[in-house]
Amino acid sequence: MNIRDQTLHESDPLMLYGTAMRSRLLLGTAGYPSPAILADAVTAADAGVVTVSLRRETAGGKTGARFLDLINGLGVKVLPNTAGCRTAREAITTAEMARELFGTPWIKLEVIANDDTLQPDVFGLVEAADVLTRDGFQVFPYTTDDLSVAERLQRAGCEIIMPWAAPIGTARGIVNRAGLESLRAYFPSVTLIVDAGIGAPSHAAAAMELGYDAVLLNTAVAKAADPAVMAAAFAAAVKAGRLGFEAGLMPPRDMAMPSTPVAGTPFFDLEPKS
Amino acid sequence: MIDLIVNGRVLATAAKTVGELVAMQDYVGGKIATAVNGHFVPVGRRATTLLNPGDQVEIVTPRQGG
Repeated sequence: MNIRDQTLHESDPLMLYGTAMRSRLLLGTAGYPSPAILADAVTAADAGVVTVSLRRETAGGKTGARFLDLINGLGVKVLPNTAGCRTAREAITTAEMARELFGTPWIKLEVIANDDTLQPDVFGLVEAADVLTRDGFQVFPYTTDDLSVAERLQRAGCEIIMPWAAPIGTARGIVNRAGLESLRAYFPSVTLIVDAGIGAPSHAAAAMELGYDAVLLNTAVAKAADPAVMAAAFAAAVKAGRLGFEAGLMPPRDMAMPSTPVAGTPFFDLEPKS
Repeated sequence: MIDLIVNGRVLATAAKTVGELVAMQDYVGGKIATAVNGHFVPVGRRATTLLNPGDQVEIVTPRQGG
């Protein structure tokens, strides 16, 4: 880490419900070739937060305990999700079980409307967010880029909004750039995290250049030929994008403009030729 | 004996409470959370939460997630 990185992290950390995080990359834990590769990827990503889930157990709870031991050994904060829930009621119950199991009020709230697109059911999402925040949860809602839904989520008590870049697992990158720009402009002080659809480090950098506070991804790292190296690539991209945003990006122009000074150009005729 | 739906499968059991069911299914000591008929049953209420025929019980553990 160079001096600029250290200054960035000390002066402007990512805030997640009052917790300062040194990393702006949140990493999922699903789909890795092995637990050891997962651990290597989390380390290489320099991720401060990893997402986890709950699933039915048939081995007396021992499988889950082993996974939890692995995660606890990584020294990162855990963000449980409600993946696969199709109603607000399912998501609320799953969140309650997650809070007991993982000992955290954090919950990545997912209420899924459609199996093919994995599009959030934004009506159930807002309903569940309202119930959970009243019950003391700190909700990270996975949502679309719809501004009015984000507004409802904020009104329901969400201090963080997590719009998708593209549907989960598609690796398309930012599909609706204008939508994400509008969200950022409309919620300048809300923590905004791009969640889902990120396929390449350049996608993550683009999200950070838009001024997003962090990026959450899973499959692009887990399914890479070398997940640990890809995790390092994403870590670098997120830092580069953030630095670029903080430095102030020049706006695009319609016409070309020379970067080399025109004045004094050799062979340049000051007088019009007769 | 009563028939329950435990994690989506029919299970005939003599358990009268969630706590007894967890013990009989060898979940004691494991890292689990429970729900009955869609409602969370905290660890402290398992022993007093009675089971009725047809109840849908969920027993879950930590797992990888995105």
